[in-house]
Amino acid sequence: MAQQAQAIHVPATRAAGGAPAWLVSLATIFRYLILFAFALIFLAPFIFAIANSFKTAPQIAQDALNLIPNPFTLENYLKLTRGAANVPLWTFNSLLFAGVVTVGRVFLCSLAGYALARISFPGRNIVFLAVLATMMIPGVVLLIPRFIILKQMNLLATYPGGILPILVDAFGIFLMKQFFESLPGEVEEAARIDGATPFQIFWRVSLPMATAPLIALTIFAFQGTWNELQHFLIALGPTARDLWPLTLGLATLRGAGVGQQLDFGLFLAGSILMTLPMALIFIVFQRYFVESSSHSAVKG
Amino acid sequence: MATTNIAGQRRQELIAGYSFVAPALIILLVFLFIPMFFTLWMSFRDWSGITPPAESGAVGLQWYERLLVLDNVRRTDFFTAFKNTFYYALGVVPTQTVLALLLAVIANQQLLRFKGFFRTTFYFPSITSSVAIGLIFLWIYQSGGILNQVIKAVNPAYRNISWMNDPTGIIHNTLAVFGLTLRTAPAWLTETNVLGLTLWQWLSGPSVTMTALMMLVIWTTAGTMMLVFLAALQDIPRPLYEAASVDGATSVQQFFSITVPMLRPTIFFVVTLGLIGTFQVFDQMFVMTSGGPAGTTTSLAYLIYRAGFNDSQMGLASAISVLLFLIIFTATLIQRRIFSDRAVA
Repeated sequence: MAQQAQAIHVPATRAAGGAPAWLVSLATIFRYLILFAFALIFLAPFIFAIANSFKTAPQIAQDALNLIPNPFTLENYLKLTRGAANVPLWTFNSLLFAGVVTVGRVFLCSLAGYALARISFPGRNIVFLAVLATMMIPGVVLLIPRFIILKQMNLLATYPGGILPILVDAFGIFLMKQFFESLPGEVEEAARIDGATPFQIFWRVSLPMATAPLIALTIFAFQGTWNELQHFLIALGPTARDLWPLTLGLATLRGAGVGQQLDFGLFLAGSILMTLPMALIFIVFQRYFVESSSHSAVKG
Repeated sequence: MATTNIAGQRRQELIAGYSFVAPALIILLVFLFIPMFFTLWMSFRDWSGITPPAESGAVGLQWYERLLVLDNVRRTDFFTAFKNTFYYALGVVPTQTVLALLLAVIANQQLLRFKGFFRTTFYFPSITSSVAIGLIFLWIYQSGGILNQVIKAVNPAYRNISWMNDPTGIIHNTLAVFGLTLRTAPAWLTETNVLGLTLWQWLSGPSVTMTALMMLVIWTTAGTMMLVFLAALQDIPRPLYEAASVDGATSVQQFFSITVPMLRPTIFFVVTLGLIGTFQVFDQMFVMTSGGPAGTTTSLAYLIYRAGFNDSQMGLASAISVLLFLIIFTATLIQRRIFSDRAVA
């Protein structure tokens, strides 16, 4: 309906503006040119990275701009499983961290967001203020104390140490609270009269209605954890190679090549491999990515 | 009967409320809230990170004195990192905001084709991990890399820039074109020492390598910010533009008198996010430069990491953290001030 109305408005604008038709189409061509130029700028690094990841080292060095690998080789990808790099294990760790954090964060943030929106208990506002306050803390300021706390809890260089500090995020609680506040209360009331406990109401009645924010939260949590570097660097440390996720493992590849020629084929293959899962998720759930980023912007 | 039922229900609600909130709250308190104050406490102590923290010695304001007042290497390091980070934010935030806004306005057209394609390509860099992008650009930026090859193809006279290994400041380099170099510059510029750096060092701008990192980050984030602007643009009522064009306003006039004022909250949001993000920049330095060449890409966040984990000076690192927090806080306040001033004008 709204779109229809806009479509009708467009010719009216032009008529009112009085610009000649040829000028309008010239402007349109110009717009497309700019947009395609930028699309190329955003895509080109990935395209060249993919093409070169299938080339041999001499070909990468001499003929990087050629998009067709000749000879075609999987050597760079195979190298990821040998030597200093233990990509299969790092991939497993990345999946483990991202998986556990995502499930935990979605559950705990919904639970807390629901309580803050729907259950009245003394101190609720203070709790919400505390949650909001933690959103204001710049993460980098927490590097040192987090290290100290993990050390005190004997959690340095352990899986729980990698997971617990990022298991909950204030933005997630905020997002879910906002959503649950927008739900009509009648259905919950009916369930309550039927004798359902608060958890049953949350789990069986309210949560199933929250598909959209849950998907957004899931994507954000997975993406954030999959791409996280700094926290893992602090929590897992420079020696616990077997616990490293992909980000930390691949970030150290450059250091491993000190004194010798950097192995760019290896870098590119690793980067493509790390990007692949995010690209797949992005293509499938694109709508939610874009919607949630715009949504959070409007809310901000 | 009914009252006990209600009382029972209330108690049930109370228990439910606390137990629903408890797990999330405990984690936030332990790993976010308490650490904040811990940083402050630790900044008054001398701790290597190895012995139990309670055994660390109290040093009062010593770290702050060394970072801000006394002429020593810590102060030079801190203000070098401050300078680096400041130029970085100054270059990245306005550029990415303006670029994103212009792209959004260009793309904001009802009849635009290939919408899905543009959306996907513009957004894609921002979902990719900074490590993957860092490694790919390390390759693109190398001396014989494809960026230099492409520029050379366009301009045969171009001499390869060593993007990842050039510590010279870009303002310094620009001045050299006009004949103003360290040798020809007046002594007050090259010899006045302000907080451990000469005036010349302060004014020489971000290094070429830092500029390369800035371009990379703009490339990564501009697309996302464009989508944020695009969403906000759709909310501006069309009749405003129609009325303006009936009155004969050109598209440029419409842009400055309708689009920009209507987008003010969104611009504010994008700039705030940009500031908070750029002042914390770390990943690119860790993956690509290790803070070099010649310390010109050492950001404040990277300095914290280095002080704490390479030099085992947790107290010093905490003091820098506290200062960084204050810097970010001040930057957002100033920014807020600028925006509200414009509202009055």
